[in-house]
Amino acid sequence: MPRAVDSMRLPLAAALKDAVFAALIAFGLFFFLIGLRTEQGPTGALQITTRLPALAMLVGAAFAGSFLRALLFGREPIRLGRTLPPALTRIAERAGRYAGLALLAFALLVPVLFYHDRYLLDLGIMVLTYVMLGWGLNIVVGLAGLLDLGYVAFYAVGAYSYALLATTFGLSFWICLPLAGILASFWGVILGFPVLRLRGDYLAIVTLAFGEIIRLILLNWQSFTGGPNGVSSIPRPSFFGLPFVDEAGGFASTFGFAYSPTHRVVFLFYLILALALVTNWVTIRLRRLPIGRAWEALREDEIACRSLGINTTTTKLTAFAMGAMFGGFAGSFFATRQGFISPESFTFGESALVLAIVVLGGMGSQLGVAVAAFAMLGGFELFRELDQYRMLVFGFAMVAIMIWRPRGLIATREPSVYLGERKAVAGTLVQQGRA
Amino acid sequence: MSAAAPILAVERLSMRFGGLVAVDELSFSAQRGQITALIGPNGAGKTTVFNCITGFYKPSAGMIRLAHPDDRIFLLERLLDFRIAKVARVARTFQNIRLFPGMTALENLVVAQHNVLMAASGFTFAGLLGLRTYRTAERAALDQARYWLDRTGLTARADDAAGSLAYGEQRRLEIARAMCTEPVLLCLDEPAAGLNARESGELNDLLQFIRREHKTSILLIEHDMSVVMEISDHIVVLDYGVKIADGPPQVIRNDPKVIAAYLGVEDEEVEKVEAEVGL
Repeated sequence: MPRAVDSMRLPLAAALKDAVFAALIAFGLFFFLIGLRTEQGPTGALQITTRLPALAMLVGAAFAGSFLRALLFGREPIRLGRTLPPALTRIAERAGRYAGLALLAFALLVPVLFYHDRYLLDLGIMVLTYVMLGWGLNIVVGLAGLLDLGYVAFYAVGAYSYALLATTFGLSFWICLPLAGILASFWGVILGFPVLRLRGDYLAIVTLAFGEIIRLILLNWQSFTGGPNGVSSIPRPSFFGLPFVDEAGGFASTFGFAYSPTHRVVFLFYLILALALVTNWVTIRLRRLPIGRAWEALREDEIACRSLGINTTTTKLTAFAMGAMFGGFAGSFFATRQGFISPESFTFGESALVLAIVVLGGMGSQLGVAVAAFAMLGGFELFRELDQYRMLVFGFAMVAIMIWRPRGLIATREPSVYLGERKAVAGTLVQQGRA
Repeated sequence: MSAAAPILAVERLSMRFGGLVAVDELSFSAQRGQITALIGPNGAGKTTVFNCITGFYKPSAGMIRLAHPDDRIFLLERLLDFRIAKVARVARTFQNIRLFPGMTALENLVVAQHNVLMAASGFTFAGLLGLRTYRTAERAALDQARYWLDRTGLTARADDAAGSLAYGEQRRLEIARAMCTEPVLLCLDEPAAGLNARESGELNDLLQFIRREHKTSILLIEHDMSVVMEISDHIVVLDYGVKIADGPPQVIRNDPKVIAAYLGVEDEEVEKVEAEVGL
C-alpha cells in the first residue's frame, strides 16, 4: 500500500498550502493581539501604534514551523512518545518503585539540609500544603471520578473554622484541627446532596459555583468573617502547648536551645509533612477497603455499581466528605501558618491549581500527585526570574505533558488486591468518571 | 417449599415512555430453581421488562413480586435499584457488558461483595484499624472470588484488567460478578450475544451448573435459540410489549404465533394468522 507511506510525508505543494493556512490563522490571531497596541499619548488619549516586525516574525514562525512539520511528519499527529527507547522506560519504571521512598527521605531531611535557608523552608511548606490538597482532591477526582472545580471552598472552610474558633473562643490548634475537618466534611456533604445526579461537565459547573459562593459569603458576611479585611492575629501554633517565643516557658528555653525564629518554621514543616502523610496513609488504606473499591467502581461504571447493590448516594457523599475533610485540615494549617487569612486566598485559581496538580500527576496516583505538586510549585519558583515569560514556560511544559503523557505523569493504576502477580493496569483502560 | 411456588410473579406490568407503550399489561411468572427465558424479536420490550424488575425503570403500572426461599416477599416495583440487588438479592448482567474496565477481574468480583465487606469493615472504621473481623471477611471474599474465577475459567486472568479481557471472557466475568452477590434470582440480558458455538456451549454448562449447585433461579433474555431451547424450562415470548406465548420449549417451538412474530408470514397467510392471534 504505497498510499499509506505517502500519507506520512506531504509533497512540497501540499506542505506549502498547509503552511499558508497556518500563517493565515496566525495572522488573524496575532494581528489584534500583537500587531496593534494601544498606548497613552502625550495628551492622555489612547493612541494605536503598530508593531509590524513582531507580527511578521510570529507569522513567519508559524509558516516555517507548519511547513517543516508537514514535510517531516505529514498530517499525522506527532508521536514523540514512540521515540522513547523501551530500555529507558524500563529504567524509569524501576526507579519509580523507589521514588516514593526517596522523596519521603528527602522531605524528612529538608529542614536539616536547608536549616539556614528560610526561603527554601517556606517553599517546602507551601509545596507540602499543595501535596496534601492534591491528595485530598485525588480522593474525589482520582478515585471516585467526580470532577470538583470548587475544592478551594473546603480549604476556605477549614481555614476560617480554625481562625474564627481560635480567635473567638481561644481554642488551641489541636482542638480546632479535627473541628475544622468535621466542618469541612459537613460542607462536603452539603455540596454533595444537590449534585448527586450530575456527572462530568455539569458536576464541574456546580462545584465551580459552590467554590465561588463560599468565597462570596466570606467576602460579604462582614460581621462574622470580617469581610475583605479577613481575620488577623490568628494564634500561631505551639509545640504541644509550648509557644515559639524568646521567653521563659517557650519552646527554646524549655529544651535549653538558643531561641531562633527558625524553630517555628521547622515545626510547621514537620507538621504539614505529618498531615500530608496521614492523608496519604488514609487514602492508601481506604483504597483497599470496600469503601475505596466502591469509589473506584463508581468512577468506572455507576450503573453497574447499582446493579451490585452499592448505594451510590452514600458512596458519593463519603467521597466528597473525605476529600473535603483533608481540604479542611490543610486549610486550618494554612490559617495557623499565615496568621492572617482573607477571601483573597481562596479564589478559583487555587482550585484550578490543585486540580491541575491532580490531573498532571495522573488521576488516582499518590506518587504522581506528589511529584506534580513538587514540579509545578517548584517550577513556578525556579522560573520566577523569567518574570512574565514564566507563564510561557509553564504553557510549554503543559503542552509537552499533553503530548508525552496525556493521562498524567503516572497513568497506570495499581490494583488494590491480587492473586498471583501484581500487574499495573494500563491508564487507557481506567475510566475518568465522565460517562 | 412447594415446586409450584413462583419465585417471581409479574402482574399486569406496564411501562410507558411518553406515548410509547413499551410493555403492556404483561403477566408471567418464573418458577423457583428453573431457567425462564424471555424471548421476542428486537424491540419487543424484553430489556424494558428487565429494567423494571431490577429497578432501573419505575414501572408505569403493575406489580412485581419476588418470593425468597424463606417466604419473605419483596415488591420490587417499590424498591430502589440498589436495594433490589442488596436486599431482594436480584443480580443482573447487561446487554452491552458493564464491567469495571480499569479494575482487575479479581477486583470486579470483590466489589460485587461490597455490602458484606462493608458491614464486616464496621463501615470502614474497623477496617481502617485493620481489625481481625475485617481481615477474615476479606479472605472469605477472596475465596468466593477465586471460586467463581475457577468456575468461569478465568483464574489465569485474575490479575488482568477487566477491560483487557477477550469478549467471551468479559461475558463470563460479568456472570461471575453477578453470582458473587449471592443472588436468589439471576437476570441475564443476552449472555450469549457475540459468543461462538463453543463458547455458548460452555455458557449452557455454566448456567446449568449455577441452577443445579447454587439453587439460583435464572431469568434470561436471549436470541440464540440453541441456548434458549436447550437450557430453558419455561419460555415467555414477547412481541410489541405484549405476551404472545408462554410455555415449555417444545410447545413454544411449534407455536404459530411465535413463528409468525419471528419470521413473518406470507401475505396470503396474514389474515389466517391474525385470526389466530386474535386481532
